[in-house]
Amino acid sequence: MPGWSDAAIWGVILTLGVGTFLIRWSFLGAVGNRPVPEWAQRVLRYTAVAVLPALVAPQVIWPPATGGTPDPARLAAAAVTLGMGLLTRNTLAAIVGGGVTLALGFALGL
Amino acid sequence: MPPIPTARAPGAAPHELSLGRSARAGFVQALPFLLVLVPFALLFGVVATAAGLDIAQVMGFSILVLAGASQFSAVQLMTDHAAVLVVLASALAINLRMAMYSASLVPYVGAAPAWQRALLAYVLIDQTYGLAIQRFERYPRLSVAQRMAYLAGATPVLCLPWVGFTYVGATAGQLIPADWPLDFAVPITFLAMIAPMLRTLPHVIAAGVAILSALALTGMPPGTGVLVAGPLGMAAGALSETWLIRRRARAALPPGNPPRPQARR
Repeated sequence: MPGWSDAAIWGVILTLGVGTFLIRWSFLGAVGNRPVPEWAQRVLRYTAVAVLPALVAPQVIWPPATGGTPDPARLAAAAVTLGMGLLTRNTLAAIVGGGVTLALGFALGL
Repeated sequence: MPPIPTARAPGAAPHELSLGRSARAGFVQALPFLLVLVPFALLFGVVATAAGLDIAQVMGFSILVLAGASQFSAVQLMTDHAAVLVVLASALAINLRMAMYSASLVPYVGAAPAWQRALLAYVLIDQTYGLAIQRFERYPRLSVAQRMAYLAGATPVLCLPWVGFTYVGATAGQLIPADWPLDFAVPITFLAMIAPMLRTLPHVIAAGVAILSALALTGMPPGTGVLVAGPLGMAAGALSETWLIRRRARAALPPGNPPRPQARR
């Protein structure tokens, strides 16, 4: 890779590897089997439904792949994924629905 | 709670499954995620090789870091000649959400042996977490061993193909037409995992607040907006749950009772 020595590249890879593991291990490793207080459980219950949509919401509205221009095919795919997931309560159905919508929208040149 | 007598359901309830069958349930339920993990891994192999990394370095990323979004962002920033510290800080910031996953799983698997928790930490990708939390929330009577068995069945399906198809992408080169919208595999997966979890009003409120905050914070450096939006959504969910519980407690007062003195908060 231009501008990067092999040592620097491996330094990045190893640091990211160790750092990412420590992030994932943090609470699981340090807290162990001590009981988690009720208020903490109540907050943590909403981790997935808060973090995952927050991660993708900007990518849905302003996809980096289009340079940030909202894209009808991607918006439709996101809407169908969400709708299928809500209606069927089935992750696979939602993924297939969203994927097919994206492929169709793309094939139609949306 | 006493067991509720029911008509004999077809098959055993999840908390009655042997460890082997729990692992098999994890294996089977993880399979759909291959639809998105495989193209995403191929894409990483293609992109990282095109950026000039050699095969060992590409594989080093997928084996040692094992976190797709941060791998893409690191390679992107290295290509853009960003400073080492910027590369590291932004890729780690993208992965900070996993500390929340780690904390969220403690009530369910915190009692597992330390080596199992360390292994789980290594494979705690978004899909591992999404699958696990869906099952653990839905079936509260699972034992810790059953939960770990489920994860032991699911994670090889999620993590080995990530590594294997990175290799295929890195060696087979331009398998994927450059104009395919593969970038959207990740949003589709995440939305598909979330939608079935929106079972209660607080869950919907948590997701809504998180989405609106994330959209409002898009100007922040890459990967950092979610670190604010996520906790805001979590707080909104927890507060609305508290509020609902209080309201139900008031509504459940038997009729005829004198009105309870209003507790001022």
